[in-house]
Amino acid sequence: MFAEITDRTWLWAAGSFYLAGFLLGTFALMRQGRPSGSATYVLIAVGYALQLAGLAVRGRAVGGCPLGNQFEIYQFTAWSSITLYLAVGVTFRNSLLGYFTSSLAATMTLVSLAIPSWDATQRTHIFGKDPWIELHAALAVFSYGVFGLLALTSIMFLLRNHSLKSKDLRGWFSFLPSILDLDHIGLRLLGAGVTILAFSLVVGSVYWLRDTSTVNLTKLFVTVAIWFAYTAALGLRLRGILLAKRFAWSCLALFIAALLSLGPVDKSRHPATPGAEVRTS
Amino acid sequence: MSADGLFVIGATHHRAPLAVREKLSLSAEGAAALKAEFSKIGGLREFAVLNTCNRVEFYGVAASADAAARMTAAFCARQNFEIAEFAKVRLELRGCDAVQHLVEVSAGLDSQMLGETDIFGQVKEAYAAAQAGGTTGPVLNRVFQKGFQAAKHVRTQTAITEGQVSVANVAVDLALNIYGSLTHTRILLLGAGEIGEKTAKAFQSRGAAALTVASRRFERAMELATLLGASAMPFEQRDSRLAEFDVVVCATSAPDIVVPHASAKAAMQKRPARPLFFIDQALPRDVDPSVADLQNVFLYNLDDLAKIAEENRVAREAEISKCRAIATEKAGALWRQVAPQVEALAERFEGRPVQQENPA
Repeated sequence: MFAEITDRTWLWAAGSFYLAGFLLGTFALMRQGRPSGSATYVLIAVGYALQLAGLAVRGRAVGGCPLGNQFEIYQFTAWSSITLYLAVGVTFRNSLLGYFTSSLAATMTLVSLAIPSWDATQRTHIFGKDPWIELHAALAVFSYGVFGLLALTSIMFLLRNHSLKSKDLRGWFSFLPSILDLDHIGLRLLGAGVTILAFSLVVGSVYWLRDTSTVNLTKLFVTVAIWFAYTAALGLRLRGILLAKRFAWSCLALFIAALLSLGPVDKSRHPATPGAEVRTS
Repeated sequence: MSADGLFVIGATHHRAPLAVREKLSLSAEGAAALKAEFSKIGGLREFAVLNTCNRVEFYGVAASADAAARMTAAFCARQNFEIAEFAKVRLELRGCDAVQHLVEVSAGLDSQMLGETDIFGQVKEAYAAAQAGGTTGPVLNRVFQKGFQAAKHVRTQTAITEGQVSVANVAVDLALNIYGSLTHTRILLLGAGEIGEKTAKAFQSRGAAALTVASRRFERAMELATLLGASAMPFEQRDSRLAEFDVVVCATSAPDIVVPHASAKAAMQKRPARPLFFIDQALPRDVDPSVADLQNVFLYNLDDLAKIAEENRVAREAEISKCRAIATEKAGALWRQVAPQVEALAERFEGRPVQQENPA
């Protein structure tokens, strides 16, 4: 029975669960209540399982990790953010992170599903038979998921900072974590994201040095630029130069830039590996 | 004449002013002696004594018609208080109303500071003491235990306990919004007056890591520091050591600014990543208002704190009707469970002398 369900159907279902988590939280906040952490967590977990099923179906169809077009990259990035949230989110002692994560995942999942052109071209076997290059790509996109979660905690930081500065602590501001906790979470996420992306680039560089002609220069330039920007932000933060509100705004701006860069990168791609092919739906 | 059944008698802040409550307040020895006297009242099957600064209440289950009156007489005699005067401030409720009163008291609905949570612990202690003394039985055990569940339900299903309503606790809550926990938070108290002392105590009670007191009169700072188990610091060092602290409670009577913008800026240059929280409770103000413009610095003055406390109080009051509805429903259900026991008790002893069975 499940075999007949298409990848996009699984992913629509996953997006619906993320949206349900977001709506549940919004409804609770509108009633001046705290979003239920456990209910949001369950909805996100179910969405995650459905998304995993959808990505698995797509992965089998394209013969590798589904990172062949903008739609797949958005789906994989959302899935990566959720992976991290499910692993560490509960220890953050607040349900608003779940609320924000579900809103990010719902947006990325449903928007990418709603734009058919993002999924019009499906590249298969893009990694050939080399598992290292597949690992490189998967880690790179996973780091985007980490940066996505960092963007969410940055939004929460900015809201908390605004509430404390404007002396308005009522309503849903009261459900936000402390400003110091958010700062520490942000720093750890940035460190993790930079490390994962760096590892991905090291793996990719080995591949690139073997055969420079197969690597798209636009993609290489954009990825290295993003890694460099995030690394610079980390360095400035650790040296006490980029702090508090400026740090949060920087992390948010960098993630938006990273997301926007996916489009041009996808458009400039060509089959990277002998044996790779392009299917147009 | 019917039996007293389940009842509560006493006096609370609602009708008894402070001067009267002072006279009615029981010392530990007085309470023990009174309990011994209550144990001798014929027909009084069960009882518990709740004695706090805002109320003295006696919960009882009696098979006789005059047990409540005899308790009142014993209490007034012990406190040397006229029974006629006590009647003017007396609280007396029976049956379901008594059960509902217990639920409302436990939930903080009857407290002077609406929704406060300390009272719950005080009622639990009163019940534990009565249980340990063997003065509770099947009726009061059920009423108190189920009453606690009902009170918890009221508190968790409504926003009655949310938001602090005292200025000192509002300040502590704000610090928690900044630091998450106070376990690594160092507090500096500038000024050794009563307001600052209250705030410092609130921080200590919520687990602040360390407290330092600085006052223009060093001996006064030493005195207060000793009282609070804190350390003292010369007032002149406040600028040079400002960066060592996370929360600065300013409550001096100085006519001029005590913490200028330049001092706060210099402190933040030494600790840029860690926020600095100023609580300015002084009039005229101790902290230069422009300090609030610094990144990672938060400044709240007396008006800000009072405004938040007032907003929280109004929000709590808006929850009262919802809380009362829950308390009424829960008390009604509980009363339906214990009423047959109370009636059976009265019938069993009707027409014959009641033997004293309370072991305490």
